[in-house]
Amino acid sequence: MMKNRVIIVRNLVKRFGKFIANDNLSFEVYEGEIFGFLGANGAGKTTALRILSGLSEPTSGEVIVAGFDAKKQPEQIKKNIGYMCQKFSLYEDLTAKENIMLYGGIYGMSKTLIKERTDELLDKLNFREYGDRLISDLPLGLKQKLALSVAVLHEPKIVFLDEPTGGVDPITRRQFWEMIYETAYRGITVFVTTHYMDEAEYCDRISIMSDGKIVALDTPAELKRQYNAKSVEEVFIKIARPKP
Amino acid sequence: MQKIIEASDISKRFGETQALKDISFSVNESEIFGFIGPDGAGKTTLFRIITTLLLPDDGEMKVLGMDSKTEFKELRKNIGYMPGRFSLYQDLSVEENLNFYATVFGTTVKENYDLISDIYSHIEPFKKRLAGNLSGGMKQKLALSCALIHKPKLLVLDEPTTGVDAVSRSEFWEMLKKLKQYKITIIVSTPYMDEAMRCDRVALIQNGKILSIDNPEKIKQGYSRKLFSAKAPEKYKLIDALRKYPETITAYPFGDSVHVTFTGDKYDSSIYTYLGKLGINDAVISVTEAGIEDRFLELMNKAE
Repeated sequence: MMKNRVIIVRNLVKRFGKFIANDNLSFEVYEGEIFGFLGANGAGKTTALRILSGLSEPTSGEVIVAGFDAKKQPEQIKKNIGYMCQKFSLYEDLTAKENIMLYGGIYGMSKTLIKERTDELLDKLNFREYGDRLISDLPLGLKQKLALSVAVLHEPKIVFLDEPTGGVDPITRRQFWEMIYETAYRGITVFVTTHYMDEAEYCDRISIMSDGKIVALDTPAELKRQYNAKSVEEVFIKIARPKP
Repeated sequence: MQKIIEASDISKRFGETQALKDISFSVNESEIFGFIGPDGAGKTTLFRIITTLLLPDDGEMKVLGMDSKTEFKELRKNIGYMPGRFSLYQDLSVEENLNFYATVFGTTVKENYDLISDIYSHIEPFKKRLAGNLSGGMKQKLALSCALIHKPKLLVLDEPTTGVDAVSRSEFWEMLKKLKQYKITIIVSTPYMDEAMRCDRVALIQNGKILSIDNPEKIKQGYSRKLFSAKAPEKYKLIDALRKYPETITAYPFGDSVHVTFTGDKYDSSIYTYLGKLGINDAVISVTEAGIEDRFLELMNKAE
């Protein structure tokens, strides 16, 4: 069976003056896959992520995201992806419901559809009692679950998660990963960037960037086998030592 | 052995939030002592009490033999504190920051250079650069150098590795280990369970309470059941199926597998038939060793 490709990157190069942030990247990500995008600070992850989400243009190479060309159709890409980061995703001074309405509106969903999805979402998360509370009053775990739900409110093809489970307790963390599995099971591709290698262990496949290049790309199990390592962390330390 | 920290029944409340409740522990000289727990567990509040920046509502905190309430002035001279948020002067250079901290504590960089040389040498080539323009890993090394420059007896590090990549984190822990030769005691907090293994002893902390204190190996061994690891290509279906299996007690995703416990600490081959009926044919179940995170989960469930 040929898997549907939702991200196709061929020979992506991104330069800033003389500096090459992304040096000839080529990779593909499939529908419903949980893909971990790893690399040391300064390896070029953020640059690549900005290109994949239509915020920055490649210097050369081909980047197709959700069927759209990053060079010619960045606006189409933005409509078909979701994004959540640990630091900021929801407006703290709006209620949970207001945040849902705001994001639904931004993604051009109709009022009836937003209302429908809000009800669905609050029920699914056992969130009814929190709907009218300010985000700043919610515990971190609930915030993160709501943020993920809001990021996929418009049923994007791909959702980008930046260090999604940092700082939460082990139970909440597992609930969050189960939500990620469910999201992927529904066919939404989950693209995770993180510094935490135990988080990488949860992904279907991972890529590791170093000095602007992808130096490894495979399933966590296969990489551990190849590098004779017990954990992804060990693999990472073996191959991703950053420049001083 | 001299106790560097002795905390007895420390409680702290902020309005309706009980940040710390009856916390007691002690830390020995030259120990690397870790506080492992999620955001909001009370780690920072506790560290602020240890460093005399906050007073507890109840309980007694003795640090280096001194009372944190009455002898805070003397105490502060002997503590190096690296707060969670990067709090050096962003508009001073690397070198200027270091000189500033040395001067505040009435010493010079030269006097204690041997203590920081190992760490500072990584950033010394960039000593003219503004601290605000450093990368995450370099900021962390500068902050550690500044916290050490007055040769403190106790080093307090609040989430020093948050947001730092795995390679830099690994280097950071190696540096901490080397500080032992100077008899510096280190307390460090982290939300990341895997870092517990780097400490001599750890306290697992959640909702302002300590769940367990011991060396990390013993904490792992405290796991009360036999733990199994189940793998199958479709993890989402597997977790759901295992939870519905009558003999399952707990089932949690854990990296590329699901960690499961069964009644009677065993399973038989009928589980494969059961999973097969639900369309999961390639499942593999094996015995596995519980890690710190498994034990933390178990203790959290008991506490609730």
